[in-house]
Formats: sequence, structure tokens, C-alpha cells
Amino acid sequence: MSFTTDSGIPVKAVYTPDDFPERDYPKKLGAPGEYPYTRGVYPTMYRGQLWTMRQYAGFGTAEETNRRFRYLLEQGSTGLSMAFDLPTQLGLDSDAPAAEGAVGRVGVAVDSLADMETIFEGIPLDKVSTSMTINATAPVLLAMVLAVGERQGVPAAKLSGTTQNDILKEFIARGTYIFPPQPSLKLALDIVEYCQRHVPRWNTMNIAGYHIREAGADAIQELAFTLANAIAYIEAAVRRGLAVDEFAPRLSYSLGCFRDLFEEIAKYRAARRLFARIMKERFHARDPKSLLFRTFSGSCGSTLVAQQPLNNIVRVTLHALMGVLGGHQAIHTACWDEGFALPSQEAATIALRTQQILAYESGLANTVDPLAGSYYVESLTDEIERRAEEYLSKIDAMGGMLAAIESGYIGREIQAAAVRYQRAVDSGEKVIVGLNKFQSEEAGETPDLFEADPEVEPRQKRKLAELKGRRSPDEVNQALRQLQETIARNENVMPAVLDAVKAYATVGEICAVMRKHWGEYRAPVHIA
Amino acid sequence: MKNTRVLLAKVGLDGHDRGLKLVAHYLMEAGMEVIYLGLRQTPEQVVSAALEEDVDVVGLSFLAGDHLILAPRVLEGLKRSGLEEVMVLVGGIVLERDVPRLEAMGVRKVFLPGTPPGEIVNFIQGAAT
Repeated sequence: MSFTTDSGIPVKAVYTPDDFPERDYPKKLGAPGEYPYTRGVYPTMYRGQLWTMRQYAGFGTAEETNRRFRYLLEQGSTGLSMAFDLPTQLGLDSDAPAAEGAVGRVGVAVDSLADMETIFEGIPLDKVSTSMTINATAPVLLAMVLAVGERQGVPAAKLSGTTQNDILKEFIARGTYIFPPQPSLKLALDIVEYCQRHVPRWNTMNIAGYHIREAGADAIQELAFTLANAIAYIEAAVRRGLAVDEFAPRLSYSLGCFRDLFEEIAKYRAARRLFARIMKERFHARDPKSLLFRTFSGSCGSTLVAQQPLNNIVRVTLHALMGVLGGHQAIHTACWDEGFALPSQEAATIALRTQQILAYESGLANTVDPLAGSYYVESLTDEIERRAEEYLSKIDAMGGMLAAIESGYIGREIQAAAVRYQRAVDSGEKVIVGLNKFQSEEAGETPDLFEADPEVEPRQKRKLAELKGRRSPDEVNQALRQLQETIARNENVMPAVLDAVKAYATVGEICAVMRKHWGEYRAPVHIA
Repeated sequence: MKNTRVLLAKVGLDGHDRGLKLVAHYLMEAGMEVIYLGLRQTPEQVVSAALEEDVDVVGLSFLAGDHLILAPRVLEGLKRSGLEEVMVLVGGIVLERDVPRLEAMGVRKVFLPGTPPGEIVNFIQGAAT
């Protein structure tokens, strides 16, 4: 029998000082909060500040999302993470024919600023940071948050939060792109540039490995492709004339929590070290903040199992453990019933309590990077770093990530890994409890499922129709014309999008202007 | 005997197609001809592709809870185009309680989360003989 990590790295029976000699300590590890940051991006880590417990929520209408957010804040959640429905993510209004059946389904429906105002009713934007999982339409949704802040009397300089704004991974993993890669990249950088000047505390991008992993990549590919995306963004920003140390401190990252505890922890540690080196040696960053691989970690939903679903609480506890031992700045824990439908409130509470138990009962947060010096974890950290670097050299040789994506290389690599994984599950080499081993005849716990409300869609359409009757058509048209001219001049779209949003132009109307100019992208498909 | 021709598509706005691409891979490996239309297909696009490509099977993947709205549109469209013989399969995140409703609409078989792709291959091969 051979022992390997989940990503196929061979594992020895015993690790010794030969695998991590004492002399390597200063160069490879160093103190937490110091180069190369293997041990963590801050000197005191959780002793100074616990990680942010950032639960992902948002569904139905703005009113329902507002209620769920207030509930999560009352329960001790310290940051909000907003999910949008697919029409909002794809720049379609709730009354668009293609939106039918999808309004308010996997996240909240936002058609206009009016919806965003409702979402943050009674939630002061200077007290709560909001992370938004939004990519292709990120400029529009960010502009709405800025406008709500303005109305609440919170200046842009005081707003904090995150736009995922990582469009490259949409082309290789998550599929919610609208425009072709080049204009998509331009829009992403418009946010980076605008926030650098006007919203200095905003995390402009969360460059995400999570979705790449969920698409089938292994841990090494996840890390390598995430860093390759980061390199592509940073190079493009530098080409635009931005200075690395001005924007890099506001980039953040996310990686998934999969199954193999030590491999995942080693991945996070390798990520910090490799990233710091890239920023220093390749981009000549000088501000230490530019070197920090600040991360959000998320339970990989694909590790959850529909059979005997309460077992997922245990899996999610392990995810949170990886996140904490891996030194993340924010952690999301999945809900045990996610494999069926949107989580119930009870399941959402258990997911949050899981993190609170780790934070307050287990002693995990008492010391920084407690696994450092483990011969195994250090050796695995080295190996993952080495393998990820090999990928990065290969991608460089292809002309960078955009070229590697467009040639289909990345898609093929991910697909091949997904097939390898599935084969191992088929053969039983990878055990999934309750699925391919220890199956149970009994149906088991039936989750108290969240029921999608069939009234959401008609209600949202009515609200949209009312809004269109209420707002000034002249203001809307003028703002959209201005946006069109801005795009034609190839200027930063943010100021014009902000004006359009304040005139209550809809997400669909704003994106229609962009679609007309840039067209829509159809990605090539790789299945072999 | 001609190879079984299978049309696969993601109907609706959801962009997660790891599962469907895995199925595509397994079907091709089993010798079937697979046409994967890709993401964000409308029911009309699926029906016209089914007609053009002369397929035996249409496989639809849903992960965003919109299967009860979109699957019947594909089925109706196929019927209108005289393709009621085409076998329609559905997979993805579908609740068990929705299965009888989909089957009543004319979906031949629904594959729930955790189904090994090989089972889908076997089902299509079994139905073909």
C-alpha cells in the first residue's frame, strides 16, 4: 500500500531532522510577521486579533438578506460575506428572460441601488466590513456600496470590505464571466486604481484558489494557478502605471480547505513564503505590506457529502482547524446541509459555533503557527512550494497566465486532475465515508431544508417595475451616455458607474452599455 | 451499429460544470460521441442542437435549483421538434423529493449527488441495448 497526500505527494512513515535541518530555520521560516512570512503575516497572529468569522450569506430579496445579516451580527459574526444571485453576477436584471428561475436563488437579487440600501438598513458601514463575492459586475456592486456609505454619512475613506473581483478564475473555474478576457481584466484593474485613490481601506481583489480547487484542481495546482493569476493582475497594474507598493497591500487571497489536514496547512504556509518571494524578487516590492499573503479560507463544498449529512459537521470542523493552524485572517465554515439546498438558519448557526468553539475552547489560538518545526509539515511545505514553482515556470514559458488560459492549458490540467480524483473515488482508493465506504441503509437525518420562496421572483420584478416608474429617466439616460463615452475613451469606468448607480440605473442597464462595447465571451470547452 | 450520441449542456446561468465535464469524459471513454454545449445554454439552444446533431441522449446538469423551471422547457421543446424519442437525463444538486416530478415531466432518470459517473455510463448503455 502506498501512502500519499490527497494531491499525490508521497508520504514517508517517519520524518526526522534530515527532512528539516535546524539550519534551515532562519531562511525558510523566520519569525512570524517577518520575511518570508511562512509562520504567518503578523507577529502575534490570533493573540493580537482572532480571525474574522466570515459566514457567507445572502438570498432572496434585499429585505431577507438584511434580516439574515442582522441575525449573524447579533450572533457574534464579525464580518459579512455577501452572496449574489446569478443574474446579478452576470449583469442581468430580474426581469430579463434569461433570469427566470434564478432570481434570489443562490444569493440576493440586486437590481439597483434601492436594493443595496435595503440590504444595509440599520447596518452601519463604518462598523462592519463587507466581503462581496462578485466578479464580472464588481464595479457596479462596489459603486452601490460606496453610494450607500455616502447616504449613511460614511466617507469612502472609512469604508472597509472586499470585492472578490478576480475575473481570471471565472474563465478557468467558476464560469461567471461576461466580457472577453482583456476588457474583463481592464474592469478589474479599474477597481484597483479607483480604490487606491478614493477607498484606501478597501480590499480591491480577493484572488481566489478556492474555486479552482472546487473545479477539480489538486492542492498544488490550486496554489500555482492562484499565484499565476495574481502575477497576471500585478503585471497588468504595473503596465497601467500603478506602483506595486501602492496597490499590492490591498490585494487579498483565498484558498480552499479540502480533506488532507497536513497538506492543506503546508499549502497555506508555502503560499505565504512563495508569494513573499515573488513580490520581493519579481516585483521589487519594498513595503512589507505588499509581501503579505493575507488569506480567507473556505470549506470546500465538494468535500461535503449528501449521504449521512450530519457527518459534514465533523468535516467542517476539520476545515476550520486547517484554517486556524494555517494562519488565515478570515475563515468561512460551510453548513452541513449545503449539499442539498441553501443552508437553514440552524445549520448556519452551527457552522459559526464551530469556529467559536475552536477560538474560545480549544486553546488553538494561544500561540502562533504551532506546527512549525514539525519535520513532516516543514518537508511538505517545501515540497508543495517546489511543485507550485514548477507550474509557475511552465506558465511563464507559455507567455503568462492569460495565454495559458486562452490556450486551454489550465482548463485541461484541472480537468485531468478532476478525472484522477474521481477514479480514485471509484476504485475506493480515496475513501469518502458514507459514500463509497460505511454506507448506511437508513435514510439518516433529513435536513430541515431551506425552501426557496416562489414569491421572491415576482416580488423582485414588481420592485424593479416600481423603481423604473419612480426614477428620473433623463438622469438615467444621461448617466448611461456618460458611461458609454467613458468606455469609448478607455478611461476608468468607476466614476461614471457611480453616477449611473446614484441615478438608480440598474445592473442590467449598466452592463448592457458594456456588453454593447465589448461583446460577450464564449469560452472554449475542454473535456478530453 | 452507430455510436450512441450524447448532447450535454448546462442550462441556466450556473457556471459550475466539473461534474458534467467528468460525465462527458467517462462517456467518451466508453466510446460514445459526446457534444458538450458548455455553459449558459437556453432550452431553445439545446433543442436545436439536439435536432442538428441527431442525438440519442440529452444530459442536463443543474446545481442552482432551477431544474423544475428549465428541464420542462427542454422536454417540451424536444417534443415540439418531434424528438420525444430522445432520452433526457438530469444530474446535479436535485432534491430527492423533486425526482418524481421530473420523471413525470418525461426525464428518464435523475442522478443525485454522489452518483459515480460510471453508473451514468451503464445506464445509457443498458437503455441502448
